Amino acid sequence: MKNPVAENVANFLKHFPPFSSLTFSELLSIANQSKIIYLEKNQTLFKGGEDTHKDFYVVKSGAVGLSLTSDAEETLVDKCDEGDILGLRPFFAKNHYLMTAKAREESIICAIPIAAFEPLVTGNSEVLKFLLQSFASHTRNPYDKEHSGKLISENMIFAEHTTDIQYFQPIAYTKNPITANLDDVVMYIAKTMSNSAIGSVIIQKDKLPIGIITDRDLRSKIATGLFPIDVTADKIMTTPVITVPENISVAEAQMLMLKHNVGHLCVTKDGTEKSFITGIISEHDVVAAQSNTPGVLLKQTRRASEGKELKVVRDKLSELIQNSIDKNIPIYHITNIVSEINVAITRRAIELAVQEMGTPPPARFVWINIGSQGRKEQLLLTDQDNALIFEDVDSNEYEMVKSYFLVLADKVVHTLKYVGYEMSPDDVMANNPRWCKSVTDWIKQYNTWINTPAERGVELSTLFFDLDFVYGIPEIEQVITETIIKNMNHNKKFFAYLAADTLKNPAPLGFFRQFLVENDGEHKDSFDIKSRALEPLGDAARVLALSHNLVDFTGTYQRYKKLAELEPENEELFNNCADAFNVLMRFRTEEGLISNSDGKYLNLKDLSKSDKLKLKHCFQPINEIHDLIKNRFSLTYIN
Amino acid sequence: MALDWLIGTNLPQFWKNYLAHFEKEEKQEVHKRYVVFDMETTGLNWREDVILSIGAIGINDNAIEIRDFFEIFIRQEKFNPQSIAFSGVFKDEEEKYVEAEAMIQFLNFIQDATLVSHNINLDIEMINLALKRLELGRLKNAFMDTNALYQRWQHHVEDTQVSLDEVCDALKINKSDRLTASGNAYITALVFLKLKAKLGF
Repeated sequence: MKNPVAENVANFLKHFPPFSSLTFSELLSIANQSKIIYLEKNQTLFKGGEDTHKDFYVVKSGAVGLSLTSDAEETLVDKCDEGDILGLRPFFAKNHYLMTAKAREESIICAIPIAAFEPLVTGNSEVLKFLLQSFASHTRNPYDKEHSGKLISENMIFAEHTTDIQYFQPIAYTKNPITANLDDVVMYIAKTMSNSAIGSVIIQKDKLPIGIITDRDLRSKIATGLFPIDVTADKIMTTPVITVPENISVAEAQMLMLKHNVGHLCVTKDGTEKSFITGIISEHDVVAAQSNTPGVLLKQTRRASEGKELKVVRDKLSELIQNSIDKNIPIYHITNIVSEINVAITRRAIELAVQEMGTPPPARFVWINIGSQGRKEQLLLTDQDNALIFEDVDSNEYEMVKSYFLVLADKVVHTLKYVGYEMSPDDVMANNPRWCKSVTDWIKQYNTWINTPAERGVELSTLFFDLDFVYGIPEIEQVITETIIKNMNHNKKFFAYLAADTLKNPAPLGFFRQFLVENDGEHKDSFDIKSRALEPLGDAARVLALSHNLVDFTGTYQRYKKLAELEPENEELFNNCADAFNVLMRFRTEEGLISNSDGKYLNLKDLSKSDKLKLKHCFQPINEIHDLIKNRFSLTYIN
Repeated sequence: MALDWLIGTNLPQFWKNYLAHFEKEEKQEVHKRYVVFDMETTGLNWREDVILSIGAIGINDNAIEIRDFFEIFIRQEKFNPQSIAFSGVFKDEEEKYVEAEAMIQFLNFIQDATLVSHNINLDIEMINLALKRLELGRLKNAFMDTNALYQRWQHHVEDTQVSLDEVCDALKINKSDRLTASGNAYITALVFLKLKAKLGF
């Protein structure tokens, strides 16, 4: 019987790779074994950690988001639209999904059994190539429409959200590996392996690879008693050995290991088993090759023994940011990595300062980063804002303790300045006696800010509500956090001030939807993206998050994401704000990298028309969030 | 059409087989099969018009199983050119079966599935009439009407007739397949899946 529904599905599939390289009868046979499913908005197709399904999926209509969940926080990594493929992971690994796929809108999905597709993969080099490509390019800019429908949810395969050029570079492997002959006794081979701490030995004949003996063979064939220990190598070796040419990339090596389910590849002169052995690639080599730059930088930071080394790290970090921006890595991934390293640098600077002091601190303390550092949104080298809290001491010791910490903080602040973080223009730094004090003093300080917010006080205090505990003991953190929550709770006056302060930000667009630019001064005719776009979003996120007692969430993006969870009725607005924030951050970072500045001012003349449109698009959520704040907080309290 | 079983009280084997599906003790609800179908007819008068074609597709575990598909074209006793314009079914385009054979195949396909169609009452009546012409009983299957489901989802109090086209528009379903009975069956199946999810059953 003819099946028009299957024909219909086949006709749909043929427009999209890899299906476009299949014949119509092959497509028809796939279609005939497929299913059509419908997903409600927010319905989950598969979940990270879940066992892989028997099917993979093609989006027929609608959109499915792929997200990574870490620390209970969901990060959207990719969005699959019509014709995009997802859930390919079972092709490569038979365990479980790495990402969660969830419908972003009502979607119709075609579920294709992997068993039906697999024979076509091996029989068609185009399809295989497509899968390998999608497998290798594990990052794709979700906003990059050029590649939409072509390269799929490759992200399914790698959880790492870092990118590294190394991945496509030739892999480093063991050259001139230890080999053995066919008639060597296994016991001696095992001794050799053990002595040289290697996991495999290639069995050769006339320098050509014949087979391989790995830990696995020893385990399954000798230790089980299947063969005696004095048997010769040819009896237990695994054949054939998978051979590869010299200079294969990390990506290819990993792919081949997964494909053949082996842990070792033999490198030969021309890549076939008919040429001389030149090396061996183990799984370990693949892992080592992927130790990406951020990890190395972190390690370097922890090992730094003076400010100079920290400066080297920070300079490299700028390169990393530039690279990541060039490669269109999602901005939140970059921010995450950069803030991790920023924090590590600060920590190391503190440790070095303590060493330099010669005497251990007279009391326990915490170091907090505040403002943009506290929000972990510092991509460029901007100002440092920080403070120090030490535990309560006897009143007669107070001055001595305080002066110790002031000296310590001064060292840290200067190290950080040397590394590249400019001093805070308002002097909001831990070496200022105002911002270096005991827990009790800090509690008083927060009480004053929250209960009697004077105009000037609020302006300053907002910085202090974006705080990140960088170094020190958790107990002090907890006391401060509790104080903030207790005082804030339903404090209408405080929120009214915060809200009013939020609404004071200058508008980005004028009446005619033109950009409002600076009228005079050095930055005449440039657009102040910091004050007119980023800060309004950040301020709004702060007041809304604090009103929900979300003290632990300080990043603007994270705050909006959390708010979207807490207020389903405003989910869309909050998500739009989060997205807008990321887009704006990217603009600012790109500008900062080009002009080697803090990226505060955008030169409109340098922006393309589409960039301007993109920018304007980000302003809509700002207006909407301002309206929400106007309605939510009783602004009358200010007067 | 002088078939033996028409004369005697003996029921034909296919009908016995069909009935047997309903004798099984309660099946697990989880694996309940739905068959969504659509028919092209010579008109909307169920007493006088006849079925021209039937398209049907199965739904299992909230998924349309593409291979679980049925389509048949029925030979018309009286050729009526008007009905061709009406339905778009051309006379000799497809292999056609007599109505009796079509019913046998249809019953074999549906088994005890819950039948789903848009404005299903008309379809059910026409099938029952066709079965009556074979001196058989009525359909035993439970059935659901996507029109009624749509009304329920929209919280309409009164019975209103909403066409499949309008329902598709409301549910944002692409109607481009709406040319044949099988295309309609597929679209109705999508409508059904959406409404099923929205009504949560």
